[in-house]
Amino acid sequence: MTHATGLKYLKNGCLPLMWCPGCGHGITLGNMLRAFEELDFTNENTVVVTGIGCWGKADDYLVTNALHTTHGRALAFATGVKAYNPKLNVVVLMGDGDGVTIGGNHFIHAARRNIDLTAIIVNNYNYGMTGGQVSATTPSDRRTSTTVYGNPERELDVCALAEAAGANYVARGTVYHGWDLKNLIKEGLSKKGFSLVEVVSPCPTHFGRNNNMKVAVKMLNWLKEKGVTKEKYAQLTDSQKDGYFIIGKLVDRDAPDYNTRYEEIRARAMGS
Amino acid sequence: MERETRLVQGNQAIAEGAIYAGARFYAGYPITPSSEIAEECSKLLPKVGGVYMQMEDEIASIAAMVGASLAGAKSFTATSGPGFSLMQENLGLAVMGEVPCVIINVQRAGPSTGLATKPAQSDVMQVRWGRHGDQSIIALSPATVEECFTLTVKAFNFAEKYRVPVVLAADEIVAHMRENLSYPAPGELEIVDRKKPSVSPEEYKPFLPEDDDIAPLAAYGSEYVFHVTSSMHGYDGYSNNNPANAEWRVAQLHRKIERYRDEIVMTKTFDTEDMDILLIAFGATTRAARAAALQAREMGIKAGVLQLLTIWPFPDKEIAALGPRIKTVVVPEMNYSGQVAGEVQRVLGPNIEIRRVNRYNGTIITPKDILKVINKE
Ligand SMILES: Cc1ncc(C[n+]2csc(CCOP(=O)(O)OP(=O)(O)O)c2C)c(N)n1
Ligand code: SF4
Ligand SMILES: [Mg+2]
Repeated sequence: MTHATGLKYLKNGCLPLMWCPGCGHGITLGNMLRAFEELDFTNENTVVVTGIGCWGKADDYLVTNALHTTHGRALAFATGVKAYNPKLNVVVLMGDGDGVTIGGNHFIHAARRNIDLTAIIVNNYNYGMTGGQVSATTPSDRRTSTTVYGNPERELDVCALAEAAGANYVARGTVYHGWDLKNLIKEGLSKKGFSLVEVVSPCPTHFGRNNNMKVAVKMLNWLKEKGVTKEKYAQLTDSQKDGYFIIGKLVDRDAPDYNTRYEEIRARAMGS
Repeated sequence: MERETRLVQGNQAIAEGAIYAGARFYAGYPITPSSEIAEECSKLLPKVGGVYMQMEDEIASIAAMVGASLAGAKSFTATSGPGFSLMQENLGLAVMGEVPCVIINVQRAGPSTGLATKPAQSDVMQVRWGRHGDQSIIALSPATVEECFTLTVKAFNFAEKYRVPVVLAADEIVAHMRENLSYPAPGELEIVDRKKPSVSPEEYKPFLPEDDDIAPLAAYGSEYVFHVTSSMHGYDGYSNNNPANAEWRVAQLHRKIERYRDEIVMTKTFDTEDMDILLIAFGATTRAARAAALQAREMGIKAGVLQLLTIWPFPDKEIAALGPRIKTVVVPEMNYSGQVAGEVQRVLGPNIEIRRVNRYNGTIITPKDILKVINKE
């Protein structure tokens, strides 16, 4: 059996990518494109909407339709695309800063509307692009370029937020667990309604360097160790849980998506 | 076809004008004094197969509007002061991405929350310069309910023709006023649709202008695949930081509006042939200016009025053409700083006397206010 490579969606001559050696973004991109290929996405019926950040640069390398937007607002742009043309596959790429810090409000409401978008939020626990500043997902006490003595704030659980806000599909993967990640993305893309795949990912240049994981391999080992299944996580005692996170599918439900509901309401309006 | 006449509010005329122009997508966030536009759209758009969305804020509203436009919809949003401020960053994206769309700003009195339900004309400069980075913009300003309708249609036509966002800078007075509107019959007013690519999908470059300086725009979901970005980009829509490319693009964004300025700039004159004194007005203040000019004539003062239907690009040429006929110009406007008066002075130079009539307390400028200034010797 031959495996999907996703290469056909990559722009010719775009290598080397702008991302640092050891950055996780390339692995996520590759797995997303393999998922595209396995699902037979075409360039014509796919729109990749990106925000601003290192991950938000991903559209530079793609030959699908794309819309590179403003910091934090990608989901709102994507909402307009999808609401007007429900046939499109609309995939939204955001960093943790982009997607749930500056963009937190849009994230909540996209999930609440359950609009049929797939958000792939790469969480590297900091603002890679601007020099490794603290983000809403930076764990407490961690060091970043703006929390040099440790982060006094608490971290946001992106998946829990999506679940609470009403997303149909929620999953977390890491770039260490690449094969699983591809499958989670594929499932999210196939699911009607709002899907979130959070990808825990290394930024060795900033988060790693500031937290004794300057070498990329150290960061990958950290993901390998700390990302565990729901079952394994449940076996940990409360004091052991610190630093560990669940990977895999977290939410899978079938509430009607925004476009389906809108079409029902519109039919009512047209009949009145 | 017979025209139908109804007594309607300015905001309703704007919503109906938009749908007449072909608008099929609205995303907005309620704010006085623009909310009736949202309410009308929520009623009318689903009936014509369109989409109405109330977003979580104005940042999302303008973003969704841009997304829908790139998916092929004529789309728009409406707001007022605070919401218009929130929209600025993404309005800049619409300029950069050359996205056809219409933004209605029903001006209200600030600063900040200010006098939330009261009229103003204090966003003239924000409309023009509110965004970071160099860019040009088209803005129109209606003075009557009928103009609310017709200028909204124009705004869509300009947006579609020149591939730009267009601002309709209304004010609380025209937006909430009710007048008889004689509805243009379907097909009576010209409706412009964006230029579609004529080359093959392989050859299509979304930012390569044709001889008319306008690049054709495909829609997401069609056979044409394309990139749009807020970053500096080349003809193909991919980022491009080359200084020569950036220089060309920034100039191009200005150039396409400059080239068509004669089509874009609309003014009306009233009694300017034999005038000694000229009133220059826009939006609701035009109404007081016209009344004042008529009363001045009864008192033996030959006053004329120039109404600016287009406020950006500024009607330099039209104002300059009237300059030799007069020594005095009166500019009434509902702001403190004389945002239009300053532009008029720039056009006419220091040797013409510009008399300003400014109100910035949320009450309207009356003909009497203007007459007082006309009579001042
Ligand atoms: C309105 C606005 N504020 C700030 C910035 C600067 N900025 C660019 S990217 C970024 C953070 C990106 O972090 P994240 O989304 O986590 O992506 P990463 O770079 O880590 O992949 C910031 C703050 C901006 N571009 N726009
Ligand atoms: S700064 Fe961090 S997130 Fe950005 S490319 Fe480098 S490693 Fe990746
Ligand atoms: Mg990040």
